[in-house]
Amino acid sequence: MIHTENLFKSFDSNQVLKGITVEFQKGKTNLIIGRSGSGKTVLMKLLVGLLQPTAGKVWYDNTDFFSIGKRELRELRMKVGMLFQGSALFDSMSVEANVRFPLDMFTHMTAKEKLDRVNYCLDRVSLNGVNSKYPSETSGGMQKRVGIARAIVLEPEYLFCDEPNSGLDPKTAIVIDELIRSITLENNITTIINTHDMNSVMEIGENIVLLHQGAIAWNGSKSEVLTSDNEILQDFIFASPFLQRLRKAAIDSGHLE
Amino acid sequence: MLFTKFLYHFGRYVMLMRSAFSRPERFNMYYKETLRQMNDIGIGSLVIVGLIAIFIGAVTAVQFSFQLDGTLVPRYYIGYIIRDSTIIELAPTITCLVLAGKVGSNIAAEIGGMRQKEHIDAMEIMGVNTSAYLVMPKVIASLFVIPMLVAIAAFVSVVGGYLASVPTGLLSSSEYVLGVRSFFNDRNLTLMFVKAVVFAYLLTSVSAYQGYYVRGGSIELGRASTNAVVFSDILILLFDYLIAVVFT
Ligand SMILES: Nc1ncnc2c1ncn2[C@@H]1O[C@H](COP(=O)(O)OP(=O)(O)O)[C@@H](O)[C@H]1O
Ligand SMILES: [Mg+2]
Repeated sequence: MIHTENLFKSFDSNQVLKGITVEFQKGKTNLIIGRSGSGKTVLMKLLVGLLQPTAGKVWYDNTDFFSIGKRELRELRMKVGMLFQGSALFDSMSVEANVRFPLDMFTHMTAKEKLDRVNYCLDRVSLNGVNSKYPSETSGGMQKRVGIARAIVLEPEYLFCDEPNSGLDPKTAIVIDELIRSITLENNITTIINTHDMNSVMEIGENIVLLHQGAIAWNGSKSEVLTSDNEILQDFIFASPFLQRLRKAAIDSGHLE
Repeated sequence: MLFTKFLYHFGRYVMLMRSAFSRPERFNMYYKETLRQMNDIGIGSLVIVGLIAIFIGAVTAVQFSFQLDGTLVPRYYIGYIIRDSTIIELAPTITCLVLAGKVGSNIAAEIGGMRQKEHIDAMEIMGVNTSAYLVMPKVIASLFVIPMLVAIAAFVSVVGGYLASVPTGLLSSSEYVLGVRSFFNDRNLTLMFVKAVVFAYLLTSVSAYQGYYVRGGSIELGRASTNAVVFSDILILLFDYLIAVVFT
């Protein structure tokens, strides 16, 4: 479990986050949703320590994240996996070398054990036989999957995914979402996902945090989304007039009660 | 204003260097990376360094034989002058100024690109000490390889001087060899290696610093690469002077 206490973040005079207190649960897919520019990435970077908060705290279970020393931070980080918005694969290394990198750096495994683990992880994300390809030779969806494989190769306890399905077609996006959810359940890890994709919200939104103008506008689960009368939430989820009419029709016909 | 900016960069540079020289997570990974860098920096620069060294020797030979023409200074002094001027000054300084352009800009662009493409962030999240992994192997590799390049440059310069003076009839082969073997002082070699090591450290660490803290996009990356060369060059010349003052 990860929770934050009154997180503030400003860039010069631009106050991006204004007091975020929220809890992300273990064994669940926790979603941070909000429009582009609402501060999802900034919040995630604060959670993993790539940015320093202006004020406030982040707790990893009972560890006060920003008060620990460099060495403890590195040890904690080995339990953290992250999928970046742009995948951030090392472009001069093959897919296999990308996924193997954390093993090379942190384990004493033999070459054979490493290869087995890499192949297991690639298999887990349904990527077989691409070991020797380079990231630039693969599609966006494949890069995301390689990113996930690399993020889970050290069996993390905390998994962060920044817009895992941005730039993907809806079908591939759902596959990626389902993949992240099953990994979360299987390994009982704390997973936090940034997204502005309403399909993800409705499919894997077990604990949803809506960011709006630097604050939390709504917090709940996917089953509460449709019936909530929070205007910011409805405005975000049912952004198009078509969806608004659909929702109204569903309510009028009693399908949502 | 300029001074506070200098202090800011200097402080951040010192901090980067301090965390760059900490214990590697996995010795083997750093070792491999160091070997790769030695190959890139050393083998990759041989041709350009050799080419420049030949011309330095040749130009010095032609220039000094012109200067000494009609004086009472013996002709064989040309060999002696070429040897000492390349060892003391030309080989370490010019080689490192050139390497700042070649290796320094390359290091800044490589690390800067990794910063911009979030590779550094990705490694940090894994728990890698990125300042160590990305900076230390490069610095160590150049501390080994650049002095070797400088030594090669000094030797090739002397050969270049020979090629420019003996076949053209400026002086005879035996005169040149006599000059090269006269008044040898091994302190000068020490001086050359001290310079090479200091310049190698300066140009790699300053370039790595420029790349490591790059922000923005391709314009900033280009600027970081340029800054790497410019600041390395300025520091090399400054330290060239300081070392000369200390050693004389
Ligand atoms: N490194 C930074 N420096 C300055 N401003 C930033 C930085 N990162 C993000 N911001 C600002 O924070 C706001 C939120 O950005 P971000 O978290 O990327 O939004 P999103 O919800 O789309 O991920 C934006 O207004 C952006 O300009
Ligand atoms: Mg974002």
